[in-house]
Amino acid sequence: MGMTTAQKIFAAHLVDEPFAGTKVLGIDVVMCHEITTPIAIADLMARGKDRVFDTTKIKAVIDHVTPSKDSKTATQAKMLRDWARRHDIKDFFDIGANGVCHAIFPEKGFIRPGNTVIMGDSHTCTHGAFGAFAAGVGTTDLEVGILKGVCAFREPKTIRINLNGTLPKGVYAKDAILRVISELTVNGATDRVIEFGGPIVDAMTMESRMTLCNMAIEAGGTSGICAPDRVTVDYLWPFISDSFASKEAAVAEYAKWASDADAEYDKVIDLDLSNLTPLCTFGYKPDQVKSIEEMAGTPVDQVYVGSCTNGRIEDLRVAAQILKGKKIAPTVRGILSPATPQIYKEAVAEGLIQIFMDAGFCVTNPTCGACLGMSNGVLAEGEVCASTTNRNFMGRMGKGGMVHLLSPATAAASAIEGKLADPRKYL
Amino acid sequence: MKKFGGPVLFLDRSDINTDEIIPAKYLTEITKEDLKPYLLEDLKLPGFDPKSDKTFGAGAVVTRANFGCGSSREHAPWVFEVNGIHVVIAESFARIFRQNMFNCGMAAIELAPGQIDRLFTFADAADATIEVDVANTSLTIKGGGREESMQFEISPFDKALVLAGGWVDYADSKY
Repeated sequence: MGMTTAQKIFAAHLVDEPFAGTKVLGIDVVMCHEITTPIAIADLMARGKDRVFDTTKIKAVIDHVTPSKDSKTATQAKMLRDWARRHDIKDFFDIGANGVCHAIFPEKGFIRPGNTVIMGDSHTCTHGAFGAFAAGVGTTDLEVGILKGVCAFREPKTIRINLNGTLPKGVYAKDAILRVISELTVNGATDRVIEFGGPIVDAMTMESRMTLCNMAIEAGGTSGICAPDRVTVDYLWPFISDSFASKEAAVAEYAKWASDADAEYDKVIDLDLSNLTPLCTFGYKPDQVKSIEEMAGTPVDQVYVGSCTNGRIEDLRVAAQILKGKKIAPTVRGILSPATPQIYKEAVAEGLIQIFMDAGFCVTNPTCGACLGMSNGVLAEGEVCASTTNRNFMGRMGKGGMVHLLSPATAAASAIEGKLADPRKYL
Repeated sequence: MKKFGGPVLFLDRSDINTDEIIPAKYLTEITKEDLKPYLLEDLKLPGFDPKSDKTFGAGAVVTRANFGCGSSREHAPWVFEVNGIHVVIAESFARIFRQNMFNCGMAAIELAPGQIDRLFTFADAADATIEVDVANTSLTIKGGGREESMQFEISPFDKALVLAGGWVDYADSKY
């Protein structure tokens, strides 16, 4: 019997199986941000164990509230900063160089096919786009990861999702993953890895694959996973060119992590998306999804483009294409947060920032901020936001606020009209 | 080892998420103890009063499916811990929340929907209490002059974490 990508990664990283069904894995990348890491640091200090297992495998960034908004968030940032300096963490990203963790770490080439990745952040599943096993964990798992470089898991089964056909005009990875979540429901993938394949995924950029994998957790999934291929190698090439004679050689090497043809899946779901319309969430759970045609006309107070889901350069390009030469509705606050400084610089160089600003958007620095209602765009009670983010829980972006999850294109169209709007008429 | 049980807080809804258990705006707190006043502050449940004595006097939670979905924040188990709630009993949990509970030496116990229904028959009893024996994987609920016991299953690893008081000491001694 063949193996899935997740099974291969588990087998290659197994450190211990203390009890049947529990596998302790060696971790290749332990990522840290300033919200969930400081309490781990404080606990390690209190235990007299203020050590790190490897200064090169731990990556750290201040991203959730940056620049700090008050004394408490300044203290959190300082705790992470002091710790990173104290332990000489090689890859630490602070003000001026910092961006949203799940955008900046892939951009730096830190995640490779076959890796194990953990972070004290539920959207860590994003990094499975590189053919890695990447799981969000709590602070205690993070703490042990920092100290020992290991993490315990129940070996997850794999749900295979084949995205068949071709995506129609105006329909993107965000719409595809909303469709998948509505199929699986919010806990349909609990203790499961979601493996995405099929012709639509094969044709996707790494940015789009990250958008897909990013929201695996919204169906309860442990990690998203896409098979590594030529697209993966092209993205990673600046970081791996010294290790391989050619791109073909890298593709051949990484192919060993792809699921075998006879791998056994928990279930296989085939979705033909050739007739998919732009989608949008309507309630307070990410599996409550409707066509934009049904939702069009719903007034919005704020439009947010950014986050680890949709704050990458291709997202900004799509939104800018729609916004070019237009003004957003006077009743709408438009906020753009490019996810990393690199993306921000590219957007400046390509003239995208000019388009957003001419349309009436406010452009903020890279940060998670508004997505989780921490800063830079928190909603007031009763307000509605059309958002390219990943979670629409009640109050997520501010107590009493309502969030509609949608693609950057749909966000841009909605900003122009001041209400949820179909982007296809602008393309 | 912690004490598992006490007066029961019944939360009759599925998909209660971590934003409801502890809103993100409190993630700027640096100590677990500082989270204490904010337990379940944004829970969307008709008739539920987060500031009541019932909420803060509880020693156990009984709820439905997919409890603790959403964020990975361990602040969710911590806000229960600092309020003396060391056990949550549900039809099912989100993976990260469940592991966070055991990693802290607390118990996230899954029961079949029918058994959860049995526990909910005690919801109207003002004096409902649950005692959980993790070592023997059994629990007893009492209230309104009635009493009922049942067995549950937890994985050997999760049980070991509870008995060890959490994952950090366990891992540091072993790896």
